[in-house]
Amino acid sequence: MLNILRARLHQGHRTTRFPDEEPTLPPRFRGRPLIDDARCPDGCTACIDSCPTQALATLSGKLALDMARCLFCADCVDACPEGAIAFSSEFRLAERARSRLVVQASPARRDDRELVLADKLLRMFGRSLKLRVVSAGGCGGCEADVNVLGTVVFDLGRFGIQYVASPRHADGLLITGPITSNMREALRKTYEAMPEPRLVIAVGACAISGGPYVDHTEVHNGTDSTIPVDLYIPGCPPHPLTILEGLIGLLGRTKGARP
Amino acid sequence: MSAVSLVPAITTPAAVLAMPNGSARPVAAVPHHAPADFHRLVVGARARGRRVSALFAYPADDRIAIVVVFAADDDGLLELARTDVDGAEFSSMTPACPEVHLFERELAEQWGITPIGHPWLKPVRFQTPRRGNVTADRPKIGVTDFYAIEGGEVHEVAVGPVHAGVIEPGHFRFQCYGENVLHLEISLGYQHRGVERALVGGPNTRSIHYAETLAGDTTIGHATAYCQAVEALAEASVPARGLALRAIALELERLANHVGDLGALSGDVGFLPTAAFCGRLRGDYLNLTAELCGSRFGRGLVRPGGTRFDVTPELTESMVTRLERAMRDTEEAAHLLWDTGSVQSRFEETGRVTSDVAEQLGAVGLVARASGLHRDVRTTHPTGYYRFAHIPMSVIASGDVFARAFVRFLEIRRSVEFVRRELRLLPAGATSIKLPPLRPDQISVSLVEGWRGEVCHVAITDRAGRFGAYKVVDPSFHNWMALAIAVRGQQVSDFPLCNKSFNLSYCGHDL
Repeated sequence: MLNILRARLHQGHRTTRFPDEEPTLPPRFRGRPLIDDARCPDGCTACIDSCPTQALATLSGKLALDMARCLFCADCVDACPEGAIAFSSEFRLAERARSRLVVQASPARRDDRELVLADKLLRMFGRSLKLRVVSAGGCGGCEADVNVLGTVVFDLGRFGIQYVASPRHADGLLITGPITSNMREALRKTYEAMPEPRLVIAVGACAISGGPYVDHTEVHNGTDSTIPVDLYIPGCPPHPLTILEGLIGLLGRTKGARP
Repeated sequence: MSAVSLVPAITTPAAVLAMPNGSARPVAAVPHHAPADFHRLVVGARARGRRVSALFAYPADDRIAIVVVFAADDDGLLELARTDVDGAEFSSMTPACPEVHLFERELAEQWGITPIGHPWLKPVRFQTPRRGNVTADRPKIGVTDFYAIEGGEVHEVAVGPVHAGVIEPGHFRFQCYGENVLHLEISLGYQHRGVERALVGGPNTRSIHYAETLAGDTTIGHATAYCQAVEALAEASVPARGLALRAIALELERLANHVGDLGALSGDVGFLPTAAFCGRLRGDYLNLTAELCGSRFGRGLVRPGGTRFDVTPELTESMVTRLERAMRDTEEAAHLLWDTGSVQSRFEETGRVTSDVAEQLGAVGLVARASGLHRDVRTTHPTGYYRFAHIPMSVIASGDVFARAFVRFLEIRRSVEFVRRELRLLPAGATSIKLPPLRPDQISVSLVEGWRGEVCHVAITDRAGRFGAYKVVDPSFHNWMALAIAVRGQQVSDFPLCNKSFNLSYCGHDL
C-alpha cells in the first residue's frame, strides 16, 4: 500500500492542459497541409503522381488536397521540386462537412464555432456525450489513438465524454476503418440500435474515404457509403489531440468556440 | 536451445533451397517436389528442427504453386520448397503437422484447393477467392458450423464482432459448462480489406503504405519486413545508419506496446495504479518515435533504401534523457505488479500454454518465449542492425499470463538498454540510398521480430520485376489458436485477461 502511494506521488499529475493551453507537438509532426500553388510550374503533376491515395488534384486550375483521403505521408512534399506543399503543425483538422476537408492555397483558419452542435443537440449532449466505438476494418491505428483518450494524459471523462459498451446507451457512434464488406452489416445494426437523435463521428482517412484501401472491392470507401456523418476527423491515424479537439469542438468546449 | 551449429544443416541435398533471412534467389532455384514428397517434407519438418514460417500459393503459369518457408532456428537459415497442384485438391498435412492448420484453410479459401483430410476445414476470412468464380455465393461472414457441445448444463456464449471496448472486430464462440470454458472458437475476417491481393503488381506509390498499415501497431515491424524484401530483390545495401535507426524504431515500437500491455493486464485484474501509469508511459514511448518521424506509430520513417529521417546529436541526447526518465517510471509501475499478491494470484497459472502445445501450433514471438520456446528472429535470423548489436532472448517456461507479462517486462529492459546504447553509437553517413529496380524472377524472404513476434514477408517478382506474388504472415496468424487452447478449462471471466496477455492482431490476421 505504501509503495503504491509512493509511486502515485512520484508519477505525478500528467493530464494535458489542453484546451486551456496550447499543447506541444513534436517538431516533425505533420498537421494541416499548406499549399502555395503560385510556385507550381505549368503542367507539373509531380505531387499528384506521387500521392498514394489520389488526394491531390487540380480543381478549376488550382491545386487542391483532400484531407479526407490524405495519409499525411508527405510523399508529395518529397516529390515536389518547387516546395509548393508543406505540412504545418496545425493539429485542428476536424470538420462538420466533408467538402471543408479540401485544402487549397490561401486557407482561412477554421472558425471553431462551426464545429459546435446546434442548440437543441448541444443542450442534450453538451455535458454528457456517450459514444459507442465501432471498428469497421483498417489497421487498428485509429482505435489505439481513440482508446488513448481514456488515459490520464487526455482524460476524456473531464469533458463528460465516455465510451460505452452498448449502442443502446450511446448518443453517438465513433467509427474507424474503411467499412469493410465484412463489417458493414454489423455497423448498420449498431447504428440502428442507437436511440435518436444520434451522432456519427468518422475518425481517420479510412472512415472518411477508405484511406489507403480506397477503391478496393473489399471496402465501401468510408462511412458516408453506409450511414450519414456529423463530424470528420482526418489523419492516418489522427493524433489523439486532433481527435480530442474534434470531439470537444462539437460540444463547444474549445477556446475558439467559447462565448 | 542447442548451440548454433557451425556446420551447415544436413538435409537431403536439393530437397530445399537454403537461404539467409533477408535475401533473394532466382525463383527457379526453389526445388519442385511431387505432392507426396512435399507432404513428407512438411510433415517431417518438426523432427528436423524446422518450423513453418509461411505456406502459401500463387498462380504460376497454368497451375497453382504451393511454396513452404521453413525456419531453421538452430542454423539461422530459411528453407524453401515448392510443389504444384494440378487439380483442386491435395492431401492435408494438418493431421500430422498441426502448425499448418490455418495455412491450409487459407489455401482452400483463397485458391480453391481443398486439403483432403483437414480436421476442421472452414473459412479463415470469408474473403473473395483469388481465382475461379469470384462472384459465386460464398458463406456470409461469421456464418459457419461452429464446434458445439451438447448437454443439459452446457451453454454457449457468443461475443462480437462489435465488442464492449475500443477494440477491433472478431467473433468468439465459447462452449461453457457453468463458468468453465470447455472450448473457444475464434472466427475472424471482419477487418479483411484485400491488402495482399492489392500488393500484387507493385511496387507502386501505395505499396509502402500498405506495409505500414498491415497492423497499425506494428508499423515499423511490417514496413521493415517489406523494405528488407524489396531491398533483397533489388540487391541494394542499406547504409548502417539507416539500419540502426530502423532497429531503434523497432525497439521503441516494442517498448510502447509492451508497456501498454502491462497496463492493460493490470486494468483487467482491477489493479488501477499500474494501469494508469502504464497508459501514460505507453504514450511517452510513442512520443519518442514521433520525435524521429512526426508520427507516434512510426509512419513515414522506414522506406525502401533506408529511413526517410535522420537525427541530430541534440535530438539523440534529448531522446536518451526522455527514455531514461520513462524507464524509471516503468520499472516502478511494473514492480507494483510483481509485488502485489492479488495481481500475482490472477496472473499465475491462468491461461497456460505448455511448450509442447506451443511448439505443435507453431507459436511465435513473446507467446512462444513465455512457453519456453527459444524463438526470436533477432537472435536466430538476425538481419539489418541486429547482425551487429545483439539483444539477448528472454524466455520463461511457465506459459501462463504471468509468463507473458514477465517476458514483456524483461524485453522492456533489454530494449531500453539497446535503444540507449545505439542512439549514442549511431554510425556516421547517410540514412538511405536510392533503390535500383527489382530484379525479375526472384523470390525474397524477410523475417522481422515485431513486438508480437515473427513478421514474415515473401515477395516473388515476375519477368518485368513487379510483384507476381506477395505473402504476408503476421505473428497473430500463428498464435490465435494458442489463445483458444489457453482458455480451455479456464473461467469465462478470465477470458479478457488471457486475451490481453496474447494481445493478438485482428487486422494483421485479416489483411
